[in-house]
Amino acid sequence: MASSDVKLIGAWASPFVMRPRIALNLKSVPYEFLQETFGSKSELLLKSNPVHKKIPVLLHADKPVCESNIIVEYIDDTWSSSGPSILPSDPYDRAMARFWAAYIDEKWFVALRSFLKAGGEEEKKAVIAQLEEGNAFLEKAFIDCSKGKPFFNGDNIGYLDIALGCFLAWLRVTELAVSHKILDEAKTPSLSKWAENFCNDPAVKPVMPETAKLAEFAKKIFS
Amino acid sequence: MAEEVVLLDFWASMFGMRTRIALEEKRVTYDYRAEDLWNKSSLLLEMNPVHKKIPVLIHNGKPVCESLIQIEYIDETWPDKNSLLPSDPYKRAHAKFWADFIDKKVNVTARRIWAAKGEEQEAAKEFIEILKTLESELGDKKYFGDETFGYVDIALIGFYSWFGVYEKFGNISIESECSKLIAWAKRCLDRESVAKTLPESEKVATFVSDCRKKLGLE
Repeated sequence: MASSDVKLIGAWASPFVMRPRIALNLKSVPYEFLQETFGSKSELLLKSNPVHKKIPVLLHADKPVCESNIIVEYIDDTWSSSGPSILPSDPYDRAMARFWAAYIDEKWFVALRSFLKAGGEEEKKAVIAQLEEGNAFLEKAFIDCSKGKPFFNGDNIGYLDIALGCFLAWLRVTELAVSHKILDEAKTPSLSKWAENFCNDPAVKPVMPETAKLAEFAKKIFS
Repeated sequence: MAEEVVLLDFWASMFGMRTRIALEEKRVTYDYRAEDLWNKSSLLLEMNPVHKKIPVLIHNGKPVCESLIQIEYIDETWPDKNSLLPSDPYKRAHAKFWADFIDKKVNVTARRIWAAKGEEQEAAKEFIEILKTLESELGDKKYFGDETFGYVDIALIGFYSWFGVYEKFGNISIESECSKLIAWAKRCLDRESVAKTLPESEKVATFVSDCRKKLGLE
């Protein structure tokens, strides 16, 4: 399929945008990356995602698919004969992957994001407690899902690896900003090892922002 | 191995209704266990330690949590009867988008109509806007799934049993604002799975009254 058939509206710094980019890389699908300017929304974005007006939006033969995890599943379903499977094949394993991906978005990431905005010591302590509980859940989930392999999805990165791994650059930026180790090898050894493996994956490396560049961007948008 | 399907649920939960409808559509026999939300069972806390919420579907001892995830699991595990999700990848992504929209918007806003003091009018107005967006997506289709009752219909229909509550506390008429959506709901109620599952509006109204008392709103 011609690369002009697949377009992705997004931004380099967005962890949600990273998800479909990793998925497209896994499936070796070439695409045109249409970057939005921070602070404004293009006509194409507003037309393609009128309900939420958010990135990422995948345009496949001009038909829009919205919501990052939904886009990842769509990519897996559409290019099913190309590259590794992004979702597990067993229905129970699929349900587990979807459950943890939803947890990450609704609870874990919300806690991470609030860390950067947290005011006083009390607020920071509360967020740290939330994140530590979340990490403990995810450490156990990793052990259950990976079954001894390097990734949540087994030998290759998959849906849940992507759902969590996309936040690793922002995690590092947050750790630097608040001078606190959020992902601690001592507390979550398996998850920490997984994070290292994830960042080194060839489908991930080209799209993972550099910590320094992201930290500078974060300073700009949060000031 | 004999199939063992258990559902931990609460009769008034529009989320639990989704799972019950999906199981009924697939003619799956299951053991319904009513939870007391003010006194959750040790089984519930063990099976859903992360959220401690219903519904929890337990299949041969293994828990599946989150109602939309349960619908997909049910569809994939019992694929023979009544497909709940489209097989076409684009249509499937479209269905998931709208179910996700329902999850992100409907309950959060609807709750504010009856469970938060002073927010009823604003929440009711927002709620009608959300329903209008859904009505626009429905268009002239028989169901959200077009000719086939499915995932998005199941995601939304449970809220219909709560419409009386929203109308009462929000001082709105959903029928006059969204008549096409009401017509869709009535078509869904013609299905046995939905008719068996949705509780009577009056029963929901009594339950909400009790909740409001507990929350100190009455």
